[in-house]
Amino acid sequence: MTIEALTAPPSRSPFAGLMQGTAGPVLVVVAAIIAVWYLAAVMLNAPFQRDMYKRGGIEDAPLAQLVADTLSQDRPVLPAPHQVAVELWDTTANKAVTSKRSLVYHGGITLSSTLLGFVLGTALGIGLAILVVHSRVLDKSLMPWVISSQTIPILAIAPMIIVVLNAIGISGLLPKAMISTYLSFFPVTVGMVKGLRSPEAIQMDLMKTYSASPAQALWKLRLPSAMPYLFASMKVGVAASLVGAIVGELPTGAVAGLGARLLSGSYYGQTVQIWSALIAAAVLAATLVALIGVAERLALKRMGMRR
Amino acid sequence: MTGPERSVIDIENLSLTFETNDGPVHALSDIDLSIGEGDFVSLIGPSGCGKTTLLRVIADLEAPTGGTISVNGMSPEEARLKRAYGYVFQAAALYPWRTIADNIALPLEIMGFAKGEREERIRRNMELVNLSGFERKYPWQLSGGMQQRASIARALSFDPDLLLMDEPFGALDEIVRDHLNEQLLKLWAKTRKTVVFVTHSIPEAVFLSTRIVVLCPRPGRIYDVIESDLPRERTLDIRETPEFLKIAHRVREGLRAGHSYDD
Repeated sequence: MTIEALTAPPSRSPFAGLMQGTAGPVLVVVAAIIAVWYLAAVMLNAPFQRDMYKRGGIEDAPLAQLVADTLSQDRPVLPAPHQVAVELWDTTANKAVTSKRSLVYHGGITLSSTLLGFVLGTALGIGLAILVVHSRVLDKSLMPWVISSQTIPILAIAPMIIVVLNAIGISGLLPKAMISTYLSFFPVTVGMVKGLRSPEAIQMDLMKTYSASPAQALWKLRLPSAMPYLFASMKVGVAASLVGAIVGELPTGAVAGLGARLLSGSYYGQTVQIWSALIAAAVLAATLVALIGVAERLALKRMGMRR
Repeated sequence: MTGPERSVIDIENLSLTFETNDGPVHALSDIDLSIGEGDFVSLIGPSGCGKTTLLRVIADLEAPTGGTISVNGMSPEEARLKRAYGYVFQAAALYPWRTIADNIALPLEIMGFAKGEREERIRRNMELVNLSGFERKYPWQLSGGMQQRASIARALSFDPDLLLMDEPFGALDEIVRDHLNEQLLKLWAKTRKTVVFVTHSIPEAVFLSTRIVVLCPRPGRIYDVIESDLPRERTLDIRETPEFLKIAHRVREGLRAGHSYDD
């Protein structure tokens, strides 16, 4: 806590600043996105609706009716926000968590492989970064592979990982998690290489004057210096992990998970289901990133770094 | 020019050339210097004269390209591995995630001092630099002068016999600097350490030193070595005395003669 926080005038409501500061603009942006979404839904669904009118012999349907009908189709090209909201409510609050129709159930499946893959990916990323920072040879020989690993489209390599791991008897959570690991180790490696090299020359010189071992310099200087970099790259990594878990679910035959919901939705033209699964994935990713943000604030505060 | 004491640092015919893309840069050339136990030696000169480089060679942070140097009768590397010296940098270089007490404990942790011994040394050294009561503060909560005092306490914490200081007060204002100079002299008198002190301030060099080494640039070399006949116990008032002004004058003459003003 800083002195400013203690001496700030207590009369001012904390919400006053929020409304003037960020909440207003945020709401405006959300409203604009929803408005554009509705407009796009009407425009994209209108051709099919006109087709329906023509087949039903309805001539000159009033605009209000056209708009209302485009926003309440069963299988719209683009579902309206309220349709997605109803579907989301229906598949979360109105279904038992264990039900195959519950988004919470599917979200939980995806979350478990996301988290396992993310933990493995972060550990791998930190490990690789430590090796790369301490060895010029590894820097030259390992980093090109780390970078080229990310040039391969994940959609192409995901089925192969699943198939290969299945062939050697590994199935279930781990193969999906491996794809999350594959995507999330990269930002952590790159971020941590930068972070572990972030101490100033004079701070490294100081360690040398104490004739500290490389391990001591790592624990007492490099790792603490790298903390802000670690959290920034973990935020990117966790979002990539979720994408990896969803992509990993696509070739597994659509059993369970948000990816399975996407796949079955596209099989049966259930666009509302697809969009609600997408929104669920987005909410999940935002929550995970926000949680890492909280962990970051706590960690940096505990380290006494001014924020 | 060694005194009757045992010599701590012996430098003979030392040179250091940096190879750069624009050709070789002669940072140090033909340096002969011997520093005795308990001496307070200042290295003074304009920027680019190699005074910091010379200090870094003593500390084994740079390797010389010619000549010989010994620290405590060993090579600088052996001396560094034996933790023979404490080094104070231009900036305090405190670790921002450590409290002041934990910053002073840093070398003690690395060198494997037991916890009780660490706490005793932190207390003693914080008292020595007048920082008692600031143990739990973080570096950003302290002024620049206090931060630099903390970094001196850190360098002293493992009790090295040799203290290497690279313009430690260069970034501070004159009033704070005067005050810290006085404190440093008291500290030196109390601890009897050998100090090698880099500065570009003439009054600072004359006030602190038993010996002043004037360096000049291109190539970096020793122009003059001045033995101070001022008493060891000094207060800031000494700066008004004729003896002080005489030494300061000689230092200034040396700097002027050695410096080329054509650039």
